Amino acid sequence: MQVPEIADSFTGQVIKITLGATKADGGTRASTVTVGGARNVTYGGTIEDRSEKPVIAMDVLDTKPDDWSDVLAEPYKDVLDSPADWAKKCIEEFGADLICIKFDGIHPDKASKDAAHAVKVTEGVLKAVGVPLILWGCGNDEKDNEVMPKVSGAAKGEKCLIGTIKEDNYKSLTAIALADGHFLIGEAPLDINIGKQVNILASDMGFPLERIVAFQSTGALGYGMEYSYSIQERQRLAALTGDKMMAMPVICDVGYESWRAKEAKQIDTPGWGDAAERGPMWEAATAIGLLQAGADIIRMRHPKAVAVVKDFINKIW
Amino acid sequence: MIALGGADPTSRKEIITMILIAERINGMFKDVKQAIADKNKKVIQDLAKKQTEAGATYLDINVGTAAADQEGTMQWLVEAIQETCATPLCLDSQKLDVIAAGLKVVNAENGLILNSTPLNKRDDDEILDKFIEMAEKAGPKANIIALTMDKNGVPQDVDSRVAIAAEIVSKAMEKGFDAQRLFIDPIVLPVKVPNAQVQPGNILSAMDQIKFLSDPAPHMTVGLSNISQGATERSLINRVFLAMAMSHGLDSAIADVFDQDLMNVVATSDMLMNKQIYSDSFLKVYAGGAR
Repeated sequence: MQVPEIADSFTGQVIKITLGATKADGGTRASTVTVGGARNVTYGGTIEDRSEKPVIAMDVLDTKPDDWSDVLAEPYKDVLDSPADWAKKCIEEFGADLICIKFDGIHPDKASKDAAHAVKVTEGVLKAVGVPLILWGCGNDEKDNEVMPKVSGAAKGEKCLIGTIKEDNYKSLTAIALADGHFLIGEAPLDINIGKQVNILASDMGFPLERIVAFQSTGALGYGMEYSYSIQERQRLAALTGDKMMAMPVICDVGYESWRAKEAKQIDTPGWGDAAERGPMWEAATAIGLLQAGADIIRMRHPKAVAVVKDFINKIW
Repeated sequence: MIALGGADPTSRKEIITMILIAERINGMFKDVKQAIADKNKKVIQDLAKKQTEAGATYLDINVGTAAADQEGTMQWLVEAIQETCATPLCLDSQKLDVIAAGLKVVNAENGLILNSTPLNKRDDDEILDKFIEMAEKAGPKANIIALTMDKNGVPQDVDSRVAIAAEIVSKAMEKGFDAQRLFIDPIVLPVKVPNAQVQPGNILSAMDQIKFLSDPAPHMTVGLSNISQGATERSLINRVFLAMAMSHGLDSAIADVFDQDLMNVVATSDMLMNKQIYSDSFLKVYAGGAR
């Protein structure tokens, strides 16, 4: 039987963005990262329709985490206290494309560290590595509004990806990211309508749509991945059919979400197989699933999972 | 999850949000007529920019009847607009020579519509062929508005409208002209004309059939303001008919984009038909031209 030709084509295109500013561009980055640009769904269309190669941003926490499983902490055991060394390790040993500094330590319910600490961490990581950075707040609106503008200023002109802005908390970070020349992460709680609204709100403040990356919250394997998948898919189809307010590249937080799953992090569970393999597999499976829905940037944590996903990306793209 | 190829409109390769052809640059309007007489580019250019900002997809250009040199006036209008604005144009004339004159200077890179041709005329059986040839020559983004009208005039009933539309579509296919480059206009008549009140219903019924003439379907357009010609509550009549027609497959209209109430109806209809993903600012997105 002849296999029918099913190569659909679309009229729209996902926006292409380049993170990181080199010396020539007024920054200090040694390299840049370009993502987005898809003209078709993953696996669809011709070679020319493909997006830029998706990239992996490895998480570096501003403060030593106290709730990581031993399996996850093991590869970083000598650097968990030093974000700069941690970032260096991710680039030099684990092949990260970029670094995401996650400022968990500023959260009032955690270490509640101040802006001076966050700025110092940012400056340290900027010096330690030459790749573009993602600067991700702690999720507490009040504290993020206090600290993240200072973090933004410390990386002014470096074309970082900074976030997150939400429907009910977007003004201060949008204004400062505009002034400092950064890209923004627009966050929505697995809600396509709110996702679009956040983009419109930022755009209304004069922030260019070409500098927004969409974050629809992430569900890990077994914990709502199918919701993330469908929303990302719907957003991608809207982008490909011409909705400019939905045409942003997409970022997923796979590392944090995967390692929240008990199937990933529990160690004393003999019937579940080797914990040293199980956790990274959980993370890799989540990442590969979401890549097929069109994710452009994936935040990850375990080097073994990173290696598997990088191999997958290199085979497909 | 959305299954590709189902009845869900989001699965189409291209979601056709409303294609609005802005009607104001027309010599029938006093300010435009005066600007043509005075060769005052600024009036025309302002209208072009403002209609674009209001959400126009195309700008209609009609020299009206006052100008002695219609061909020269068409060229002057096209050039004046192109100096300030990249919005694609819709060359509007009943005379083939006037459209041909416009074609000599128009930039069809971003799109173009030739407005309009009937299936055939008493004195020109080949008029549709000529339009198709002109569009082919103008480039891959040049489209045609074809009226459901032939040498016998404008049909009043549903079946004749559909029959003429079918002939138009099959002629285009014969000549290898993509049906998606056709805008079928079922001809809206003023509702106030005696005995014309049956026509809006007829047009909707005709549209139900025209959209199945090819796959993908030809576009459908109407000269919207015609329906309220001479009536009171013109804006209300226009926008209610527009909402009705959009639900029957209308995906384009020659309309007054400055009518904010009308634009809100367009945005809401597109949203209700799932052609736009809902957001709390759905009206703003539409009128802001960020479609």
